[in-house]
Amino acid sequence: MKLTRNILLLVAGLALAACTDATRFGADGTGAGGAGAGGPIVPGSANDPTSTAFFNQTVGDRVLFAVDQSDINDAGRTTLEGQAQWLLANTDFTAVIEGHADEQGTREYNVALGARRANAVREYLISRGVAGNRLRTVSYGKERPIEICSSEACYQKNRRAVTVLAGGLTG
Amino acid sequence: MRFQAALMMVALVVAASWGGTFAAAQDGPLRIEITEGVIEPLPFALPVFEAETGDAGALATQISQVVAADLTGTGLFREIAPSAFISNVTSFAAPIQYADWKAINAQALITGAVAVQGTQVNVKFRLYDVFSGAEMGDGLQFTGTVEGWRRMAHKVADAVYSRITGEGGYFDSRVVYVSETGTKDARQKRLAIMDYDGANVQFLTDSSAIVLAPRFSPDGRRVLYTSYETGFPRIYVLDVGSVQRRVLESQEGTMSFAPRFAPDGQTIVYSLSQGGNTDIYAMNINGGNVTRLTSAPSIETAPSFSPDGSQIVFESDRSGSQQLYIMPARGGEARRISFGPGRYGTPVWSPRGDLISFTKQNSGRFHIGVMRVDGSEERLLTASFLDEGPTWAPNGRVIMFTRETQGEQGRSTLYSVDITGRNLRPVRTPEGGSDPSWSPLLQ
Repeated sequence: MKLTRNILLLVAGLALAACTDATRFGADGTGAGGAGAGGPIVPGSANDPTSTAFFNQTVGDRVLFAVDQSDINDAGRTTLEGQAQWLLANTDFTAVIEGHADEQGTREYNVALGARRANAVREYLISRGVAGNRLRTVSYGKERPIEICSSEACYQKNRRAVTVLAGGLTG
Repeated sequence: MRFQAALMMVALVVAASWGGTFAAAQDGPLRIEITEGVIEPLPFALPVFEAETGDAGALATQISQVVAADLTGTGLFREIAPSAFISNVTSFAAPIQYADWKAINAQALITGAVAVQGTQVNVKFRLYDVFSGAEMGDGLQFTGTVEGWRRMAHKVADAVYSRITGEGGYFDSRVVYVSETGTKDARQKRLAIMDYDGANVQFLTDSSAIVLAPRFSPDGRRVLYTSYETGFPRIYVLDVGSVQRRVLESQEGTMSFAPRFAPDGQTIVYSLSQGGNTDIYAMNINGGNVTRLTSAPSIETAPSFSPDGSQIVFESDRSGSQQLYIMPARGGEARRISFGPGRYGTPVWSPRGDLISFTKQNSGRFHIGVMRVDGSEERLLTASFLDEGPTWAPNGRVIMFTRETQGEQGRSTLYSVDITGRNLRPVRTPEGGSDPSWSPLLQ
C-alpha cells in the first residue's frame, strides 16, 4: 500500500513538473510579438492575434483554483490581464465563462462552486473595463473534467474557469 | 455500539410481528439471531405458484421468482431450495402439511396461484407461520395487466415483508435516475426510470445535454430535474406518462438546479445562482410565486422538505465548510445540525420524518450516513472513494445512492443499503447509474 502511494505521489510530482514547464513555455512565447513575427499571419490561425485560437493558446483561456476556493491567484491574474486586454481590443467577441470543479465534492455543491469561480473571473474582467453584457457565466460543477485520473495532478487542471469566446457581436 | 443497538431494534421488530408465536418459539428456530452484527435471515419456502389457467404456467413461475428475489434481496430472508421440499403444493386450496415444512426448517411458507384472463392477471397468495402451524393474516389477491405482472409479484412480496417485519413494504416502487455511458471526460447522461430492482428500464430523455438529479413528485407521476439543454443549467418538470417536459426557470444570467418537490406536490424548492452566489428559492410548480428562502453570500443548496412540509433541511458553507441546517419551510432562522469532523451535503429527509440521510466527506473518503433530525446519533452506513446522493425507500428502511469508482476507468453505479448499514448491494442497470430518486409506493 505504502509503496503504491509513493509511486502515485511520484507520478503526481512528474505530472506537476510537466504542467509547470508547459505553462512557462506558453508565457515565454510573450504573446503577439513572438507569434506574429514567426511568419505570415494566417487569419483565424494561432498567429492571427485577433483569432480565437490566439486567445486560447497565447493569451490563455483558463485560470486554475485551489481546492474549494474561488480566489484568483497570481498566475490567474496575469492570464486575466491578458484576457481583458484582448477583449478590449477585439470588441466583436462575447464570452461565456465556464466554471468547473474537481470530482472531490458533492454534485450540487460543485455546481455552486463552479458558479463562484466563473463569477470571480467575470468580476475581474469587468474590473479591467470589459463590459458586463459581453460576459456570461455557466457552471458545469464536476460534470466536465478534462483530466480523468483521480489524483491532484488531474484535479488541479479540472478546478478551472475557462473563458470561451463566442462569435462576433456583429456576426 | 450504537450500530448494534439499531440492529437489535430491527430484530425485535421482526420478531415482535410474529406476535404470540414469539414467546413460544424463543428457544426454537423462529428466533432471529444477531451474531456479530449480522441478522440470521429467516428461511422461507415458496413453491412455484399454481397456474389456475392453462396459459398461466410461465407467468406463475416468473412471479414466484420475483417474489422470492424481493424477499431475499432485503437480506432479512433466505429462500429454501425447492429440491429440499418434502411436500409439493400442487393446489392452492390443499391443506398445508406443516410437519413437512418444519422438517426442512422453513419458518415461513408462501403459496400462491396465478390466473390469466385476456390481458388481465390475477395473483392470490397465502402466508403460513410453519412453527405455529397457522396462517399469518388472510389470503390476498391482486389483479393487474399481464404486461405489468412484475407489479403483482412486488405487491405479494410487499404484503409478506410487511406482515413479517411490521414495516411498510417498498418493492412496488420505481426509481428515476441518470443513466451514464462513456469516460469521465466524455460522459453521456440521460434520464431513465426503472422498477426498484432494476427491471423495466425506460429512457426519458436523450443524451444530447447533461442532465442531473431527477426527483419524483409525491404522487410519482412527475419528475423534476436539471438539464443543460439551453447551455445553462435549468430546472425542468417531466410527466412520466407522456414524457412531455417544460422548463420552470429561465431567468437570463442565472443558473437553477437542485430542485425538489414539497409534500403538497405544488411547491418546489431549488437553488438559484446569480452573480456567483447560490441561494435557496421556492416557487409554484406552474412557475409563479417565486420566493427567496435564504439570503447569504455563502452557498445554500440541496434543499429537502420534512414529510409534513413544515421544515427544510439543506446544506450551506456559511460556517466555512459544507454543513447541514434546518429552517422553516418559508425561510427564516436556520439551525445547524451537523457537527462531526468533515463536510456534510445532500441531506434528504426520511419519509418517516425521523432521520436525515446525507453524504459525508472526511479524510479523502465519502460516506452515506443517517442522523436524527436534531443531529444526534450520526451513523455512517458506507465508505468508499465516492458515495453520494442518498434517496429513501418509501418505508424509510433502505437507502439507494451513487457510488463512483476512482481513476481513469471510474464508473458510477447505483447501490442500496439498509439504514442499519447491512445489505450493501449494487442495483443492476444496463448502463452506469447515478442520482437515484425513489418513488413512493405505487398506487
